[in-house]
Amino acid sequence: MVEQAENTQQALSSPLGPPVPERTGDGGAVITFTDKGLYCPAGNFYIDPWKPVDKAVITHAHSDHAKFGSRYYLCHHLTKPLLQARLGNNNYESIGWNEIVYINGVKVSLHPAGHIIGSSQIRVEYNNEVWVVSGDYKTEDDGISGAFEPIKCNVFITESTFGLPIYNWLPQQTIYNNICNWVTGNTQQNQASILIAYSLGKAQRLLKAVEPLQQKIWVHGAIYNMHQAIVSTGVQLPEVTYITPATPKEDLKGALIIAPPGAQGSTWMKKFLPYEVGVCSGWMQVRGNVRRSNVDAGFALSDHADWKGLLTAVKATGAEKVYVTHGFQSAFSRYLNDNGIWSAEVKTEYGTEEEEAPEIPTTEGDL
Amino acid sequence: MIEQVKNIEQVLSPPLGDGGTKQAPSSPLGPPVPERTGDGGTAGFSLFSSLVTFLGTSTKTTDKLNALADYFVHAGDADKVWVIALFSGRRPKRMINSSLLPLWCIEITGLPAWLFEESYHTVGDLAETIALLLPPQIKVPGAERSLSYYMAQFAIFEKQDEAVKHAFITQAWQHMGKDERFVFNKLLTGGFRIGVSQKLMVNALAKSVNISPSVIAHRISGNWDPSTISFIELLSEHAHTVDVSKPYPFYLAYALEEDVSALGEPHEWQAEWKWDGIRGQIIQRNNELFIWSRGEELMTGKFPEYDILQGLLPEGTVVDGEIISIAKANNAWGFAPMPFAFLQTRIGRKNVTKKQLQEAPVGFIAYDLLEFNYEDWRPRPLTERRAKLEEIYAQVNQSVFRLSPVIQYNTWDELIELRRQSRDLFAEGLMLKRKSSEYQVGRKVGDWWKWKIDPFTIDAVMIYAQKGHGRRSNLYTDYTFAVRDGDKLVSFAKAYSGLTDKEFAQVDNFVKRNSIEKFGPVRTVKPELVFEIAFEGIAASSRHKSGVALRFPRISRWRTDKKTDEINTLDDLKKMLQLYGNKT
Repeated sequence: MVEQAENTQQALSSPLGPPVPERTGDGGAVITFTDKGLYCPAGNFYIDPWKPVDKAVITHAHSDHAKFGSRYYLCHHLTKPLLQARLGNNNYESIGWNEIVYINGVKVSLHPAGHIIGSSQIRVEYNNEVWVVSGDYKTEDDGISGAFEPIKCNVFITESTFGLPIYNWLPQQTIYNNICNWVTGNTQQNQASILIAYSLGKAQRLLKAVEPLQQKIWVHGAIYNMHQAIVSTGVQLPEVTYITPATPKEDLKGALIIAPPGAQGSTWMKKFLPYEVGVCSGWMQVRGNVRRSNVDAGFALSDHADWKGLLTAVKATGAEKVYVTHGFQSAFSRYLNDNGIWSAEVKTEYGTEEEEAPEIPTTEGDL
Repeated sequence: MIEQVKNIEQVLSPPLGDGGTKQAPSSPLGPPVPERTGDGGTAGFSLFSSLVTFLGTSTKTTDKLNALADYFVHAGDADKVWVIALFSGRRPKRMINSSLLPLWCIEITGLPAWLFEESYHTVGDLAETIALLLPPQIKVPGAERSLSYYMAQFAIFEKQDEAVKHAFITQAWQHMGKDERFVFNKLLTGGFRIGVSQKLMVNALAKSVNISPSVIAHRISGNWDPSTISFIELLSEHAHTVDVSKPYPFYLAYALEEDVSALGEPHEWQAEWKWDGIRGQIIQRNNELFIWSRGEELMTGKFPEYDILQGLLPEGTVVDGEIISIAKANNAWGFAPMPFAFLQTRIGRKNVTKKQLQEAPVGFIAYDLLEFNYEDWRPRPLTERRAKLEEIYAQVNQSVFRLSPVIQYNTWDELIELRRQSRDLFAEGLMLKRKSSEYQVGRKVGDWWKWKIDPFTIDAVMIYAQKGHGRRSNLYTDYTFAVRDGDKLVSFAKAYSGLTDKEFAQVDNFVKRNSIEKFGPVRTVKPELVFEIAFEGIAASSRHKSGVALRFPRISRWRTDKKTDEINTLDDLKKMLQLYGNKT
């Protein structure tokens, strides 16, 4: 354990010393696809492994990308406290965006992915070849997560959660306005508004969305905990109030509440009666999903790129090869091939944030 | 494949209108259709599509009621008439070949056809897929039309050639938002269905016009044309005297869930068999005979057997009963009902052949008397209506017109015993009607109960799965099931319903992890999950591999306790077929 850690330290500290000379001619891929996750053989590290490994580089803190049990984690500064909140104390190391580190001679850097706070694309360079792993990303700047930065590369590994042309998001300001109008309408009828959102990512974005209402924002414990972890990094967020069992019912009449998917339909919600429930998720783009989730309103607000966003991102990398992971990988990959970009599907275990969304089957990916 | 056109403007006709002029734009279908007065301004269609969107996702009945009532306050009269028509099952027929819309959508978007298909399988609804794929709306002030305007245009579609329809539809799409496109496409493809009962619509309408719901239900029943009738005419009290074919709204029963003894004294109740045909009304007025089905479809002419009743039934008579295949029999009733499979050969056919008339003769089993001597008898007690019905029956004296036998019993236990014979009589169970009851409107709790027998069940394994539609879109919820035949599995039924959302999610997950092959939208699945399939009837079928066709198959439960080698066999199905099936 200790030995391992020391080794890593050494490898990481390489920017301080001379870079390890580039090895020549083993001709293998910079990143390979294994049953533990994306693996860089030359650097002997994994990216978002779904099984415990020695060295893991983490794109972002969602549970399907950051799994428990690895001996060492490298991530962005803003991701570190989130991992600590979710996975407990482990051997974490964090760096900033565009900061270069060497792992066993392989050049690694993180770049904003725009998905959630701290989310990063991982650029891996070896033997003059550049690979970029996108993790999850969105191309629209939400003002919290950092603006997605297109990185030139030879090979791009992209997600495809919403990789069908039916997913075309409205501008976020339009969706924010729709959400605010919905809340206002509920308030006028003395009904509480419960917005269902992922505790990490969507919930913080919603705080921005409802800011113009200047209403007190009540939150579920899971969201409160994440909020505290994020605020501890120095990120500025609007104030929230934690709903405790002691919170008097009268205070919650017609209130504005943000809760995670797990709370939907639970007895916890009874306290807010009468209320309307709105789900904020890209899946709400399709009527069937709104009806299935059995809520009063669905807002197609996503932290993933839509079809056009994915295509724009892929083109901006200039990559000659594109591997497509979790989502509608077969359709997206086929479309790229048809349009002259070599592409293949890759099977991963991402896109199953089940602990976050037991009520809404989000089977093709996460929210 | 169609040549891809990159420039949308190239495909679409010039934009609607010419700026600020208020006149109706000249329609590509010919002379401009004048908009009828009182049409509710320009916001007609978006008001309607907002209503449909809201009703489609709203989860509370009071919200739906309020939204409808609100619509009836704000919408134009001509649009309201269409909403009453659409919400009372008067669905327009398909206005256009539904394969054309995808082609035009592909043409506008420049997407490859396979990607359209892929999108369609995920969305699970053609109209919605197109609405989602089309480029963003181009807002032009004054371009919005009313619901009745579009319905009028659609009506003259039939005679137009494809180029005209193409120009009209693609141009209309251009100026619509996502929800409007969806509703517009639904109307075009004839798949328009709303998750709202007629009763709810009637209640909302009652709220806005101050007429009682049961009166409205009657006034809007029967034969009327939403494109010609006005809102005032439709709801006026004189309207229904003009239409001699007008039926009464059917009184429907709820299923009896509790113990039958909870109904009180046995002698207060009339028990009859619940026959397995189509509920219908025979109307004899002004020397004419009309047959209505429960779906409020005029079926006169489909059943020439009934022609003989014209003139034998007293004038001004309306009888409620069951349209059903029956054979003469040497029993106490003189007739025996035949399985539904026989009647099925007669439904949906315009022209009946002699052979069909011989093989599947249709009769009418009378339940109730709704009108006598042009007088509404519905408020009278059942016993009185029944007595008069028996008189009419004796008078008519025709083998095609039968009386629903009243079951004699003294105690509930006796009736429970009698109910067990249902299946042998090809009945679905029993009907219990309070002797003092009025004939009410729609589904009402209290006086009438249906007491069905338990369905047939069989244990089977899932072998194919396909993504569902509507609220099941993008989830594998449509399954094909198989029974064992030696060491082979033979598919015999498809079922889409019966699991909870949570169970569907679990099965969906299983399908995604255990697919063997993909054939278009269908996946073959490792035969591992066992389900109990319930169904109401069984018939021989040459169209199915198994040789049987089931009636109303659905999943009754997930047998997580059973393995594939414990499921039923094809022989089990064949035995059921022999005992209860259509033996032809």
